[in-house]
Amino acid sequence: MSDQIPVLECRNLSISYYTRAGEIPAVVDFNLKLMPGEAHGIVGESGCGKSTVALAIMQYMGTNGAIVDGEILFEGRDMRTMSAEELRHIRGSKIAMVYQEPMASLNPSMLIGEQLAEVPVYHEGISQDAAMARAAETLAKVRLPDPRRILKSYPHQISGGQQQRVVIAMALLSNPRLLLLDEPTTALDVTVEAGIVELINEISEEFGTSMIYISHNLGLILETCDRLTVMYSGEAVEVGDIRDVFDEMRHPYTRGLFGSIPLPGADKNAQPLVAIPGQLPLPHERPQGCNFGPRCSFFRGGTCDVGKLKMHAVPGDDGHKVRCERFQAIDWERDLPKGEAKEPVPAGDIVLSVEEMTKHYVIDDGGMAFLSGPPRTVKANEKLTFTAREAETVAIVGESGCGKSTFAKVLMGLEDATAGKVMLGNVELGDLPVDKRDRETVSRLQMVFQNPFDTLNPSHTIGSQIGRVIRKFGVAKDDDEVEEIVYRLLDTVKLPRDFAKRKPRQLSGGQKQRVGIARAFAGNPKVVIADEPVSALDVSVQAAVTELLMDIQRENRTTMLFISHDLSVVRYLADRIVVMYLGQIMEQGTTDEIFAPPYHPYTEALLAAVPIADTRIEKRSIVLKGEIPSPANPPKGCPFSTRCAYMMSGVCDTQAPPLRTFQSGHQILCHLEPAELEAMEPVIKPKAAEAAE
Amino acid sequence: MAVTELDAGPSFLDRLSRPKPLIVLAVLMWIPLTVYVMFGDRLDGYADTVLLPAIPATLVLYILGVRAFRESWVAVLGLSLVFFWLLMAVTAPYLPLMDPNKPIAPFTTPFSEKRDVFFWLGTDFKGRDMLSRVIWGCQRVIVWGVSATMVAYVVGALFGLVSGYLSGWWDEIISFFANVLLSFPVMVLFIVILNYLGPSGFNIVVAVTFASAPAIMRIVRGLALDIKTRDYVFAAQTRGEHPLYIMIVELLPNVRGPIIVDACLRLGYTTVAITTLTFLGLGLQPPDPDWGLMIRESAKTAMLWKFSYMLLVPALAVSSLILGFNLMADGLREMSLRD
Amino acid sequence: MLKLILRRLAQMVLIMAVSSLLLFAIFDTPEFKKRLAVQELGGFAVSALTEDSYQSWLAKRGLDVPFHERYVNWVGNILTGDFGFSFEKNRPVGPLLADRLVNTGILAFFVFALMIPLSLVLGVLAGMKEGSVQDRTISFVSVFTTSIPEIASAILLTVIFALGLGWLPVKSAMIGGFSFRELVLPVLTLVIYDFGYVARMTRASMAEVMTSQYIRTAILKGIPYRRVVMKHALRNALIAPFTLIVLQLNWLLSGVVVVEVFFEYDGFGKLLLEAALFPDVEVVQACTLVAVAVAVVSQIISDIGYTFLNPRIRFA
Repeated sequence: MSDQIPVLECRNLSISYYTRAGEIPAVVDFNLKLMPGEAHGIVGESGCGKSTVALAIMQYMGTNGAIVDGEILFEGRDMRTMSAEELRHIRGSKIAMVYQEPMASLNPSMLIGEQLAEVPVYHEGISQDAAMARAAETLAKVRLPDPRRILKSYPHQISGGQQQRVVIAMALLSNPRLLLLDEPTTALDVTVEAGIVELINEISEEFGTSMIYISHNLGLILETCDRLTVMYSGEAVEVGDIRDVFDEMRHPYTRGLFGSIPLPGADKNAQPLVAIPGQLPLPHERPQGCNFGPRCSFFRGGTCDVGKLKMHAVPGDDGHKVRCERFQAIDWERDLPKGEAKEPVPAGDIVLSVEEMTKHYVIDDGGMAFLSGPPRTVKANEKLTFTAREAETVAIVGESGCGKSTFAKVLMGLEDATAGKVMLGNVELGDLPVDKRDRETVSRLQMVFQNPFDTLNPSHTIGSQIGRVIRKFGVAKDDDEVEEIVYRLLDTVKLPRDFAKRKPRQLSGGQKQRVGIARAFAGNPKVVIADEPVSALDVSVQAAVTELLMDIQRENRTTMLFISHDLSVVRYLADRIVVMYLGQIMEQGTTDEIFAPPYHPYTEALLAAVPIADTRIEKRSIVLKGEIPSPANPPKGCPFSTRCAYMMSGVCDTQAPPLRTFQSGHQILCHLEPAELEAMEPVIKPKAAEAAE
Repeated sequence: MAVTELDAGPSFLDRLSRPKPLIVLAVLMWIPLTVYVMFGDRLDGYADTVLLPAIPATLVLYILGVRAFRESWVAVLGLSLVFFWLLMAVTAPYLPLMDPNKPIAPFTTPFSEKRDVFFWLGTDFKGRDMLSRVIWGCQRVIVWGVSATMVAYVVGALFGLVSGYLSGWWDEIISFFANVLLSFPVMVLFIVILNYLGPSGFNIVVAVTFASAPAIMRIVRGLALDIKTRDYVFAAQTRGEHPLYIMIVELLPNVRGPIIVDACLRLGYTTVAITTLTFLGLGLQPPDPDWGLMIRESAKTAMLWKFSYMLLVPALAVSSLILGFNLMADGLREMSLRD
Repeated sequence: MLKLILRRLAQMVLIMAVSSLLLFAIFDTPEFKKRLAVQELGGFAVSALTEDSYQSWLAKRGLDVPFHERYVNWVGNILTGDFGFSFEKNRPVGPLLADRLVNTGILAFFVFALMIPLSLVLGVLAGMKEGSVQDRTISFVSVFTTSIPEIASAILLTVIFALGLGWLPVKSAMIGGFSFRELVLPVLTLVIYDFGYVARMTRASMAEVMTSQYIRTAILKGIPYRRVVMKHALRNALIAPFTLIVLQLNWLLSGVVVVEVFFEYDGFGKLLLEAALFPDVEVVQACTLVAVAVAVVSQIISDIGYTFLNPRIRFA
């Protein structure tokens, strides 16, 4: 092993961008050694420099980026000394890359065949026909159905998951020595992501390709990599074998990261998450010494804030290094961060009840119906039935197209329900648009949004935006009184009072989400809909915002509808879960019921698809075939029948499934007999081998 | 203590650069000039005093503009060209110039003396001083050009907001009529409208509004369609805000940025249109000096190398003003891309 | 695709109908008709026009028939090729307009033949390397030339090439028959004003494409830079300029008015202006209607072209 030449080696690599504000160091003193056949993960939050490393390996820095120090050796040769022509021969043939957004990475006006074929044509000089044949072969290898058809398609004609398989095929065409994967599944749905991850693992086994896998998701890294580099604010802070870093981490940031993601076992009452305080420093505002210093609970002045920090080897563990001056002074077993346990809040009366709520859209062809046949109907929501109690958190889980945002629109009064009832207390909301609702009803129902950049109006100050809600809902009228309430709300969401005078662009993403929460709670609502409120935030900030949201909810005994695609977050904070697929509720029950058999086959697959960053957990592998069908053209019978492993043809694809009810309101919409459902194995369980140790 | 007090807080010029003082300055500059040009003949003896407050306002605005644009020399150059003519417009009555309408010595070439008077830019075929005419001439182009653009913007933005935000039938109807108007080549539309209304400054405002508002409406509509999908608009809708409130408070301030660049370019187009229409005989009427009119009046007589200055002077003047607007638009766009 | 074309055609018919109605209606108001009557009957003021003589003038011109009948009649005539009669030129409008349109067509042909390659090449060169010296130079030149309105560039060109150097004729009336030399200045005037605009739009489109992720993919695939530009970038970058160029036809019909008047070139624009100043109503109406038709058709061509060039819409 040791006498092999590494495929790639980065030595003391430093990369800077040059902007109007001067030189901004994006990556400092980065080292990496990648042996043949090895998969190395790079994990970190936004702006930590992980994508910059990938592009630097490709020698593609744009006009304003440059390698200022160190070297990148590919198979022992320094890439910085290579000519443009040499680089061109390496790119795409020896080093290939897979990108985050497959749709944007493919040329929209070229056939997929053309785009694939040019790789071998230019690297190996083979004929166009031979190249096409090779392309078809490779498409089959990444398990795309009907490669011939896909070769003759444009990128927009295939789905996101298929596009990413095409990009992977493009990377594999010339059998590269090194594959760079830059967040290859971030833009995809969880069940589609699982398929891509499986494919990536097979590639590394079958072709022995070395890989660098970049992600913000620790769970994905665990599923794909052998070694791992954790990056923080432009520096590698910890490097080592996956198991070492996961089980015996020696950097406070790594541990903080693990403490702030909801792993199985975390619980909002008994074992709450521990957020990392503060926020990521901007590249030109990095502190002296340790970049993580200001957020670190082990910070010691005089040690951590002087000079440039170096990587230290962890004694007794070859290849495990950390960039921490005090890692040997910390008692890693004892100083485990612990959240403060809280009393569970008992749920109250039913506040919101949804009965057979149905929402259909009719697609209008602009008066040219005679050309397109009868109008099509999109069944966005089909007979939704569930209830939510006071102080309870009900999670609505589903992937894209499952109808969760349509449901939110009906609830908020921006769309009318086609049929069925939505009762808030004793007010029927289903056919009551927002402008017909009285002020009290409107103020009882508020929303927290997903995208921090969209949630606040960039033209107005924070104070005036929160103040508007206070006035609008008649909480207060008088200027001083409104100001006082605004200040109090800012205190509640732990923001300084002088933020009231600031404009949104002066705030970070996490701070904007806090303001969004303050705004939602300004009118003392009974029910708050939280639409993926933390999914756009960095991991270390997510926990703090989640905890804040739940604290306020707990205090006000608010009912929360938590819309999410992330089952691990949901498991952590929900009391009850509603699983949706293509506009229908497939399963609902308490959190424990959902995470244990009997499962709906879709829930089972969803649980198996979510990557978990815990080495002690074993997961059954279930990879769904195909893609999520379009809600405009849903399958007949059970909507899940096209992808279900238990599909009984003649039954599932023709008849609507029956609703099976288990104890205490656990419901599953499936053709399988209750006994078959109950016989399912748990998807997630502790590892047997280690449990015995 | 004294030093720290000086350091603390924004400077005087910074404080002037905030929206409210800027609006006051713009009003101080603009209203006197407009009143002077549009209603000067009804002010009798007061006409010349009206323009006095506009002079310092123009100078201060120029300084603030240069400060704001200092990172882009292109924008500063544009701003300087525009403010050169603005300054000429507000100071024309106080400059030591000859009466622009008084015939003195016909066909005097530039930089020469005739009848004991030195003519920097010569005189036209009627013997009127070119320097005086070109300086006085900028008043009408600027005032009518900017007024017409502003009216077109108010109309276009209004329809654009309604059309983009309310969608449905409002959008169908407004967009259709915008499409009808956009189907007329601009100059054809001008000719038809001015032929019907008759040539005058006010009618130019009407014609420019008809010609420009549909395009402005389309831009604002597009921006409104984009902005209305933002969560903060959703939040406003779900707390039961009136559509009018959403359009004015949530949408309007956010379309402002992108349309400022367009407004600069459109000021250029309008200046071209006014000069061209006047040249064609459909715009401003004699005898008061105007660049288009200067070209129109000399076009027949000046077709000799020796007298070409009569055409060149107004042609260069109008080009420099338009160049100013275009460079400003360019600089603004560059600056908005940087942030 | 077919649906889109049909929809566009329906829209075009509707736009033509509405604009013809507007056009007919505004020249049919009593004030305007009185102005016409005064002019044709002899030079006294509108106030002095007696009701009797006005009525008899209306009858003589056939204007006493109800509005809708005359409108239907007018549209019917136009559809059968009868565009009315020009009082000023004493000729049927149809052939007169046809002659002038041919002249303007010749002018437009040379303008496009020069402008398209010039603006596309410059735009692509500038957009290929955003922020480079060639980009900055081309961008500045194009801002500069678009800032000189046709009237000013017509003057500058005439003064330099006709009055100063004496290489070219001052006017382009083509009295002695068709002459290329007389065409040079009008064509140059129009090209100078317009190419900058198209070049800037091409640059913007090209620059956007060059910073897109699929160009990064193409470069990191290791194919030669030439191919990246020619095959991957141009195909996407030229979609927007194509539609823009077709729409310049509409703009050209504006531009020709001042150029034709200045150079005394007997084309559509000069005809329209002379008719408007006379006023020769039927000529104005006919010219405007033709201009709108050209604009609408070019709009449709550009829409269909856009759909055709853009596979994302073509195979939606």
